[in-house]
Amino acid sequence: MAKFSLKVRRFKPEPGEGPYWENFDVDLDPDLSVLDGLLQVRDQQDGSLSVRCSCKAAICGSCGVKINGQSTLACKTRLSEAKEWANRSNGNSEPITIEPMGNMPVIKDLVTDMESTHWQKIRRVTPWLLPKGDPPEREYIVPPESMIDVTQTMACVQCGACVSACLSMEADPDFVGPAALAKAYRFVGDPRDGERKERLHDLAQDPHGIYNCTHCFACVEACPKGVAPMDQIMRLRRIAGHDEDIDDVNNGRRHELAFVNIIEQKGTLDEALLLQESFAPGIKGKLKPPRGAIKALFDNIPTALRAIRSGKARSAEKLVPGIHPKLPGDAQKHVKRIYAHAEEHRIELNLYIKGEEFGGGDDNEAEELAENELQGKEGAPA
Amino acid sequence: MSPAKNLKFAYWPGCVSRGFTTELHGSMALVAEKLEIELVELDRANCCGAGVIAEHNQELADTLNARTFALAQQTGLPMMNICSTCQGAQSECRQRLDADKAYREHVNGALAEEGLSYDPEGFSNKNFLWVLVEDYGLQKLKNRVVRPLEGLRVGPFYGCYVLRPRHRLGYDQHPERDLYLEKVIEALGGTVVEYDGARKCCGFPVITMSREVSLRQAGTHLGDAMDAGADCLVTPCPLCHLNLDMQQPEAAKVTGKDLDLAVLHLPQLVGLALGIDPKELGLGKHVASTKWVIDRLEPVSA
Repeated sequence: MAKFSLKVRRFKPEPGEGPYWENFDVDLDPDLSVLDGLLQVRDQQDGSLSVRCSCKAAICGSCGVKINGQSTLACKTRLSEAKEWANRSNGNSEPITIEPMGNMPVIKDLVTDMESTHWQKIRRVTPWLLPKGDPPEREYIVPPESMIDVTQTMACVQCGACVSACLSMEADPDFVGPAALAKAYRFVGDPRDGERKERLHDLAQDPHGIYNCTHCFACVEACPKGVAPMDQIMRLRRIAGHDEDIDDVNNGRRHELAFVNIIEQKGTLDEALLLQESFAPGIKGKLKPPRGAIKALFDNIPTALRAIRSGKARSAEKLVPGIHPKLPGDAQKHVKRIYAHAEEHRIELNLYIKGEEFGGGDDNEAEELAENELQGKEGAPA
Repeated sequence: MSPAKNLKFAYWPGCVSRGFTTELHGSMALVAEKLEIELVELDRANCCGAGVIAEHNQELADTLNARTFALAQQTGLPMMNICSTCQGAQSECRQRLDADKAYREHVNGALAEEGLSYDPEGFSNKNFLWVLVEDYGLQKLKNRVVRPLEGLRVGPFYGCYVLRPRHRLGYDQHPERDLYLEKVIEALGGTVVEYDGARKCCGFPVITMSREVSLRQAGTHLGDAMDAGADCLVTPCPLCHLNLDMQQPEAAKVTGKDLDLAVLHLPQLVGLALGIDPKELGLGKHVASTKWVIDRLEPVSA
């Protein structure tokens, strides 16, 4: 048994009362969870403390909270871990802080309203199978290996930890968000679904869709089940932009292709060319910038002028798109060769399901980590 | 490596430090000289892909970075970078390359014609921030300070790519990597300013796709740091610098705030404390004025 101090963000819905912090001390086995700590507080000290929970085994996804600022499940975080984390910056005996999830309205104490910020967005991506044609007489038959690909997104328990941590949603509450987009991949990647292109088109054209993810890894870090929502968003982009050639209004595919092509030609980034090509590809040839791109290009003019004035972009190669130098010697030739090789194979190695296609592997650290993560997914906390 | 020997690295400066933020590349060279860190520049190496190439074709990003790692390994030196984004993008590719021998052999097959091969054994790739704390040492850094940043209130801004996901970025061995900026600021004699945005996203990755959201992110963090009394921010990521500094006037328009906050590259802040002339460190090449920072520092006696 050990003493733990819990600093809990409280909020009562009665009008006129703001949120406040309250400290509780509990005496518990350090291997027990933060949720156990909260439940002891509720049972023995303050029956009015509200927290949502059910399975206590990281399966039901009910007890999403922020512990020391990190979005996670209260039942999956040991008291000892949480204390160590709370203390690590200054070594003092800091309390474990527990707050309701972020990006969501708080109903009471640690209970948030997930309807507007999570469930509506999940429904937004049509989270059910839309098969084409008449249904078969019996079940749909698909090769098992084609379903392995979507198992990662199927591990989601809808806890909302990724939504809570999402830094794009913090800046844009309308962002479809990590949980819903991971769910979208679950159906885009399903060989039985007949609306793949329509789904992708919808999410690529939406200004709050796949191209609004700011690539911050916050959802990857927060997810207690290894779903890595951001990785799924990048796969959606990859399929939308490459496989389906969806030319979105958000400059997503154009930016990606411009970047990829510049590195093939130059080896390092020609920033002037990237800006131009992202908005108006082929401006020097047939001037055919897409709608909206001209405005976007104009929006960037003040920034470009400031870059010149400050001396950031004063040399010709930074001002004139395309004159950025190639890599020295024959290096550029080798980069081009790499492109040809990789475009021919396009192998995607998903560490979550690694080992299916490639039986090899060695005993280095990264592999161990990936395997630990898989085991952690299956093993419930004691 | 014996402690008497100076540090020596295969050095990958990245694209942006030689593009829109040449002051970063320049200040790193000056600081390395002062700290007696020898840098062997990988001038044949290619862009890390910044996550964008991986978004297009994962194998392509992995192969391009395997090429960079192999070039570094040819020098027989550990690799150092000065860009959070390079660190994150390269660590992501490296995780896949290291996890599967057959995949690695496939990727190495594409490098063979250039006489290159990536071998995970003994390979190391660290951001300058990590090198400073883990290899150079804060005490040694402190001993080199000739112009302590006394009274300078500095807000750290890490950049996502050196923070998350933790297991990929070596936090199991070095759990305090997300506290290093604070430690460095203190070692240089400055005061750490705590504010909400230190470990959040600058918004740069969506500047061409979701401009307003991007600028709102940058503007919010700048405003929070100013409200907390910061004299400047410091960042190990040139892409964060672009959104926080070059786009600052635009971020001000979007957030409706009067923003005026200098954003220093990590080597610039270190260089000031080492007594290097602010002009040589390229502090005049910023969009947000750095005059306030320079005025607050004691002149170094010759």
